[in-house]
Amino acid sequence: MNIPYTVEERPDTGLTNGKFGIWLFLASEVMLFGALFSSYILLRVGAEEWPHGELSVPLGTINTIILISSSMTMVMAWASLKMHNWGKHRLYLSLTLLLSAIFLGIKYVEYSEHFGKGEGPWFNNFFALYFTLTGLHALHIICGMVVMLYFLGPGAKLWKANPDQFTNRIEATGLYWHFVDLVWIFLFPVLYLL
Amino acid sequence: MDDAATFDTIAHGHGHAHAHADHEELGFLRKWVFSVDHKVIGMQYAVTGLLFLLFGFTLMMIMRWQLAYPGRPIPLIGNWFGPDKAPGGIMLPEFYNQLGAMHGTIMVFLGVVPLSVGGFGNFVMPLQIGAPDMAFPKLNMMSYWVYFVGGVVMLASFFQLGGAAQSGWTSYPPLSVISNGQTMWLLGMVCLITSSLLGSVNFIVTIVQLRAQGLSFMRLPFFVWAQLVTSFLLLLAFPPLEAASVLQLMDRLAGTSFFLPTGLVVSGKPLAVAGGGNPLLWQHLFWFLAHPEVYVLILPAMGIVGEVIANNTRKPLWGYRALVYSVVFLGFMSFIVWAHHMFMTGMGTTMSAFFQTTTMIISIPSVVILTALLLSLWGASIRFTTPMLFALAFLPMFGIGGLTGLPLGLAPSDIHLHDTYYVIGHFHYVVAPGTIFALFAGIYYWFPKATGRRMNDVLGAIHFWGSFICINTVFMPMFIQGLGGMNRRMYDGGMQYAHNAGLLKWNLVIGMAAWSLGLFQLPFIINFFWSLKAGRPVGNNPWDATTLEWSAPSPPGHGNFLTEPIVYRGPYEYSVPGAAKDFTPTFEPEKP
Amino acid sequence: MHASDSAAVQQSVRRYITVFVSLMIFTVITVAASRFHFAVPIAITIALIIAAMKGSMVGTVFMHLSHEKQAIYGTLLLTFVFFIVLLFVPLLTVLDRLHF
Repeated sequence: MNIPYTVEERPDTGLTNGKFGIWLFLASEVMLFGALFSSYILLRVGAEEWPHGELSVPLGTINTIILISSSMTMVMAWASLKMHNWGKHRLYLSLTLLLSAIFLGIKYVEYSEHFGKGEGPWFNNFFALYFTLTGLHALHIICGMVVMLYFLGPGAKLWKANPDQFTNRIEATGLYWHFVDLVWIFLFPVLYLL
Repeated sequence: MDDAATFDTIAHGHGHAHAHADHEELGFLRKWVFSVDHKVIGMQYAVTGLLFLLFGFTLMMIMRWQLAYPGRPIPLIGNWFGPDKAPGGIMLPEFYNQLGAMHGTIMVFLGVVPLSVGGFGNFVMPLQIGAPDMAFPKLNMMSYWVYFVGGVVMLASFFQLGGAAQSGWTSYPPLSVISNGQTMWLLGMVCLITSSLLGSVNFIVTIVQLRAQGLSFMRLPFFVWAQLVTSFLLLLAFPPLEAASVLQLMDRLAGTSFFLPTGLVVSGKPLAVAGGGNPLLWQHLFWFLAHPEVYVLILPAMGIVGEVIANNTRKPLWGYRALVYSVVFLGFMSFIVWAHHMFMTGMGTTMSAFFQTTTMIISIPSVVILTALLLSLWGASIRFTTPMLFALAFLPMFGIGGLTGLPLGLAPSDIHLHDTYYVIGHFHYVVAPGTIFALFAGIYYWFPKATGRRMNDVLGAIHFWGSFICINTVFMPMFIQGLGGMNRRMYDGGMQYAHNAGLLKWNLVIGMAAWSLGLFQLPFIINFFWSLKAGRPVGNNPWDATTLEWSAPSPPGHGNFLTEPIVYRGPYEYSVPGAAKDFTPTFEPEKP
Repeated sequence: MHASDSAAVQQSVRRYITVFVSLMIFTVITVAASRFHFAVPIAITIALIIAAMKGSMVGTVFMHLSHEKQAIYGTLLLTFVFFIVLLFVPLLTVLDRLHF
């Protein structure tokens, strides 16, 4: 069955269903991370003392640079499709995937270091928040990577069948990915620097 | 352009006017189990929701035995529960708490919302806006199955060691962190919240993007407006509870202390956790959702009542604009009242005043909506059909529920009433003879559209009158008990407190009424199944209604409409002066 | 329609690169600022302002919010309001209590 406005925009709203849908989903994600930031605020204000300097700023900075770069490669992956450059699209999407993997790798290194010192989520509320916030964030990265793998793999077939729909799907993936980056842009200073 | 009569002659099923690309016959699993058709999914939600409502109600009927006859063995099924829940058939306090927590959870999250939003929203809304299906049919299917899994997880929690969740549907820490059964509850909630989020995205996109030609926002049936606002509430209010559930899971499984304060001692032993947590953090995150959640419970019901009243008064709804503005304003306000559930947590007077003010303000749109629906009856030609009986009863019942909320929303009176049976009376009035009655109205009203057959009116009347009398007998005495100071959630019915002595007799009355209420659901159940096979067959528009769903066949086939739906006028053009019939459907073209 | 799309996107690429470079610079600034050990309220303010600027760039340029549609803007505005409420009102109820 043909659902209207999947690929072409509805005239009065100017939107495709997918574009509207992904933004609504992102709105709910804002509330999800918002709740966790709210928890951070409440717990930190209520604490007599709060740990400082427990996290590796160099590793956090590198990861920030990596994630912002992956946001760049992601938007280029979409832009390449708009410019009908399939090869460039594949390259940029693969780069995004690679950068994400490196991000996760560095997070793994950080986590291992903390666990090695017995600094798990049980250690104090700072670490509880650190692991929960970055853990949930990492989960979002993994989900994003799965989607990218799908579009590099079996999902790529759609480009031949319906290039506009495929482009829209990559745009939606990009929007999700930029949001993941945006969360980190706030997580990094809050957890690592303040 | 064909009108309703011509549609009758075309057999329901695959229309010829629409070109369908994919019409191979689907196997049983793809057609009825993993369907992407909103009508099938809607019915899946509705049936599952009804079953959970019945189960949740049964839990309450068992609880009411303990309250009416504390310490007496539960009859008939007493030895089904085993020695760790009810040795010798006598309910243990822990089991009472499990029944209480699960009754609330199941009724709210597994029963009412899946039925009102998942069931009615899914089935009716696309038809009412002239859409062939939801914007994201596969996502819709996923939403249902994730809900189903969540339901299974919740039910499974009864069978784990230590029993099900037993810290109230509100799951307050520290008790919920150290109690049994809570992990499954939290995992179940994560599933249910995910299902809800996916569904709300689908609903909003569908309503905004897939409206038929001519269907502007101010021509939408009130039911659709109600579902739209409800979906925004679900979208933005549920994620904090998902976050909170993750935090509580971490407290239970990863040894964190998000909600555990320093120095907590359990059974004489200090808890070996880092501490520094805040139990109020859970309360804030929980109620941030749970308050909008109660509007999720009532809004679709108001929408259904609006549809049924318009149809059975043969008049347009009074104050359509007021209804729309009120429901939108109500949705917005619902996000900033939540701490009226927390007046007793020690907040200062400034914030208490803030929440009291917003709570008083939010009563205004509710009253406007109720008044508009009431005024719709003025000068009406009322048809007392079964749906109309339930819809009419909704009005005073919601009125009582709403009015009794006012002393709870004001801190000084809440001091006396908080956590008493008054609260239970208040919220049940809104949800039980309120929402659930509206849902029954919806079932009787749209059953013909979904099945092509009418339900029996005699059984419907028995169901209505029996339920109406019994349900009032169940909940009205609770105000008396609450005003007398009887606390809620006590497994002995309050016996241990001297001040409750004069109030205990009501427990027996309430119990009897509750069991009678259960019996009066039998006519409904019988009616439902009997009518599926042998109800009187109907055409497209058995109620002579005006909204778009009544232009489709009963039941609609794949793609819903036989020709592309076009809307020519507002949704409630009943008794238009000078018109030939007492209703002018939205889909009927202007006469040349 | 596709040709003009392509040209428009080509223009955007320059904006993407500009934003990317700016984001890098701001990242360096935010780390450098943290070395100054300001008083906590000031440190928080500075960090959040820089993060907000980075976030706005990602939002307006990478996420194309600079030329989006009304429905999206409306949704995001509503979300932002409730986000602020969620972030600060629970804190206010606790702080209020501390000032008996």
